[in-house]
Amino acid sequence: MTLPDSLAPVLIGFVVLGLFALGLAGALLPRRAWGIAAAAAALCGVGALAAFVFLLAGAPAEGFAVPLGLPGTSAQLGLDALSGFFLLLLFATGAACSVYALDAHEAEDRRALPCFPVFIGAMALTLLAADSFSLVFGFELMSLASWAMVLARHEEPASRDAALLYLGIATFGAACLIPALALLAPLGPHGLDLRFAAMRAAPPEGWRATAVLVLVLLGAGSKAGLVPLHVWLPLAHPAAPSHVSALMSGAMTKVALYVIVRLLFDICGPVQPLWWGVPLLVAGAASAVLGGLRANMEADLKSVLAASTIEHVGFIAIGLGLALTARAADLPALASLALGAALLHALNHGVFKTLLFLCAGAAQHGAGSRLLARLGGLIHQMPVTTTCALAGCAGLAALPPGPGFASEWLLFQSVLAAPRIGGIAMQTLFAVVAALMAMAAALAAAAAVRLIGVAFLGRPRTPRAAAAEDATPAARWAMIGLAAIAGLLGLLPGPVLALADPALRALTGSDMADRAGWLAVAPTAEATGYAPIVIAFLLAAAGAALVAVMRRWTVAGSRRGSFWANGFAAAPAWLPFGDPATQYGGASFAQPLRRSLGTALLAAREVVDTPPPGDTRAARLDAGLADPADTLLFAPIRRLRERLSVEADRMQFLTIRRVLTVMFVALVLFLAVVALLEAR
Amino acid sequence: MSLFLALVTQVLHIALMLAAAPLLTGLVRWLKARLLGRVGASPLQPWRDLARLARKQPVLAENATMLFEIAPVVQFAAIGVAALLVPSFALGMASAPVADLLVIAGLLTLARCTLALAAMDIGTGFGGIGASREMMFGVFAEPALLMVIFTLTLLAGTTNLDTITELLREGSFGLRVSLGLAAVAFVAVALTETGRIPIDNSATHLELTMVHEAMVLEYSGRDLALIDGAAMLKLLLWFTLIGTVFVPFGAAPAGAGPLAWLVGLVCWGLKMGVLAAALAVLETAQAKMRVFRVPEFLGIALLLGLLAAVFLFVSQGFA
Repeated sequence: MTLPDSLAPVLIGFVVLGLFALGLAGALLPRRAWGIAAAAAALCGVGALAAFVFLLAGAPAEGFAVPLGLPGTSAQLGLDALSGFFLLLLFATGAACSVYALDAHEAEDRRALPCFPVFIGAMALTLLAADSFSLVFGFELMSLASWAMVLARHEEPASRDAALLYLGIATFGAACLIPALALLAPLGPHGLDLRFAAMRAAPPEGWRATAVLVLVLLGAGSKAGLVPLHVWLPLAHPAAPSHVSALMSGAMTKVALYVIVRLLFDICGPVQPLWWGVPLLVAGAASAVLGGLRANMEADLKSVLAASTIEHVGFIAIGLGLALTARAADLPALASLALGAALLHALNHGVFKTLLFLCAGAAQHGAGSRLLARLGGLIHQMPVTTTCALAGCAGLAALPPGPGFASEWLLFQSVLAAPRIGGIAMQTLFAVVAALMAMAAALAAAAAVRLIGVAFLGRPRTPRAAAAEDATPAARWAMIGLAAIAGLLGLLPGPVLALADPALRALTGSDMADRAGWLAVAPTAEATGYAPIVIAFLLAAAGAALVAVMRRWTVAGSRRGSFWANGFAAAPAWLPFGDPATQYGGASFAQPLRRSLGTALLAAREVVDTPPPGDTRAARLDAGLADPADTLLFAPIRRLRERLSVEADRMQFLTIRRVLTVMFVALVLFLAVVALLEAR
Repeated sequence: MSLFLALVTQVLHIALMLAAAPLLTGLVRWLKARLLGRVGASPLQPWRDLARLARKQPVLAENATMLFEIAPVVQFAAIGVAALLVPSFALGMASAPVADLLVIAGLLTLARCTLALAAMDIGTGFGGIGASREMMFGVFAEPALLMVIFTLTLLAGTTNLDTITELLREGSFGLRVSLGLAAVAFVAVALTETGRIPIDNSATHLELTMVHEAMVLEYSGRDLALIDGAAMLKLLLWFTLIGTVFVPFGAAPAGAGPLAWLVGLVCWGLKMGVLAAALAVLETAQAKMRVFRVPEFLGIALLLGLLAAVFLFVSQGFA
């Protein structure tokens, strides 16, 4: 076992080891939930600190071997700037989720106890991996641990279905990722050389490179939630306990994106054709719009957030695609701008999406439901949670000076600068991608307003929501901490990009050092840019001036009265907050978008069932949608699986004669294959 | 010295914007009344209305929260900061380095989201209908706006408004088809963002057609004054944007003295007057369209914006 020179990799290695040990402890001592969550929080805190210090120190790449792994080999682990950046995201969100888990005592939370630290550890292992075996091991362990937690509420059929779909997608991902890694591995003296260092020395070319690109995009893209393999996110992410959903959306999708960056940017090398970025661009733009639209349609608080994850993953994929294209076109400055924007957005989204999932969990715990139709008016009883959710939604909707705006501003800058590349087809593609990004950003804003407006504002829709309780102290601190980090990320994009600079230098040959300062970030060294602190200061000054003017010249105070209820009679006494059905709900808020975009993109439908005159039954509005990826891709696969299993089932009931025949034919075929192989 | 000039122009600019915003709305209303054959209220009327509203104590709904009370301030501040960044009579203001088109769009989104949230706060049907429609308009307006920004960036190489105006003034791009297409798309977005006919009717109180008015139905007193003032400022902001970007002449160059400012002021006043007249004619001649026609209207704007960019690719062999 070789040891690295500096402390950070060792520390992070021990953190991973500790997390796995905690998983074992969770299985053996299920009653010590508090202690295990606290230990996980402490370990993640140490890990985050180590990653931060490592990045501050300029991220000198370190590799070390661990005597575990495939027979005859040792696992190669490594820590470099790219993995350090993603480890910082993972451990920061992991620490917050562990703190949140301190107060999680429901049955499903207890069931998730052993898997939760293992999940974080497996993600860290994936990020640390420096050979194919460790990468796949970590990636699949991460899938398995999260799958077990998706099943935490296994009594519900919906949970079981989601887990089954998730397992299928994860298997498919592995079936793509493993061949991709095998194609990348050069032939050494002892068979395939699985070390990344060896792969880097022999980048793939020709059809091999194309196959790697497709397989990596399918394998890791399915985990990240890129269209068309996104359908499992709005089902599986919400099924897990809230702090797990938070990590699945906030961190796990980023680990999948890390795998894409590691394999396509780092290992495949810079000598790749110009069109390499196009699949990422197209899939990213489609994900952004479809995810944003679905986020406006979902009825469940956590499904909304999971759908919006699809959208933001799409944004990051657009950044990655632009960076690949720019690097191939030999424009390192543009490549580093796009990649920097993508990395920054990954970090920002990881933080504010984790925050929002924790808020959703608090709402579920405090108000007894996460269905928009059963919430409403939570701001009165849950002010802290609502404030934190507002902070998160400012990021979701990319409002200046929040965290989402800084990174999306940089992404827009890179797509605006992109038409220097390629012919007219490519340039038109960039223009269309830019328009779709703008639409996705506006869809995200609409989804954010819907989420806050329906769940947290307005009047309570159920008695349970009226008597909601604010988050418990631990959950409160987790949310406040994340909200503070999100605010800092929004105000200081420049210093955060400086942390990513070593990774940008390694992957694109250029960095953002001359374009990202404390005060502002800019697309080129000469250009002026976006200065979040200045904008925030101006907003604060304008607000303060307005308040001062109003204090000085207008009447103080206000009176209270009842609101205008369109002339309806007063609600009966058993509806103390008025009839909740007279306010807009999740489905009605979505109606304009469902009609104008949903019918075309998501096959949304609305059927109004009005009873004939004289009939006293209530009228019904039936609205729903069918994701094209589901109807065109997954439904046929589901039918095929059904058919195959029916066929396979028949084999069990053959007569003895037929069984013997089948076995005999199989044996002959097998021998024939062997003979053919021998003959070559 | 140049910093001093930049600061002076900045202060004069924002004072001018704040003072002229109600006047512009009043002028449009007066022109519309004249076109309809009515006498019409004086263009000063919006100022009087605002002053009257500001003196009144607001009546809040029983269940209104803090968010409802601070939303008018936040949205006025957001629109105010955006107005701070858009040059009117002089270029090279103190805010020029941060006057980014995307930031301006972001600030306007901030204002829109704030108002939409406030509309949802009471839990009335009107608030919801207004908020959901307003957010839907945004979904179609933003891509069209971005295509205009895309075209401008292709020409100028930056999203900084001051630099773009400077470059467009020099006329090195000549008269371009692209700019014309982009201008039409931009006007369509401006009509949507400011809630004018044919998208929305700021004078209506017919329940089913309201969008902006439905959102602010629960506001009264000084809060309503802030919201109405912000809407007026937004109209002026969009007019100034159109005038600055697509008719970039007349504004005083950076570092010029008071005489150039005066010329710039006159030119800006002329532009605003012409645009106000055009808006009055358009609003008199047009009927408001159905809500679900708006996506088609903005879809055309998006297409024009896209065409503008593609024209540039073709004509310049842009590479």
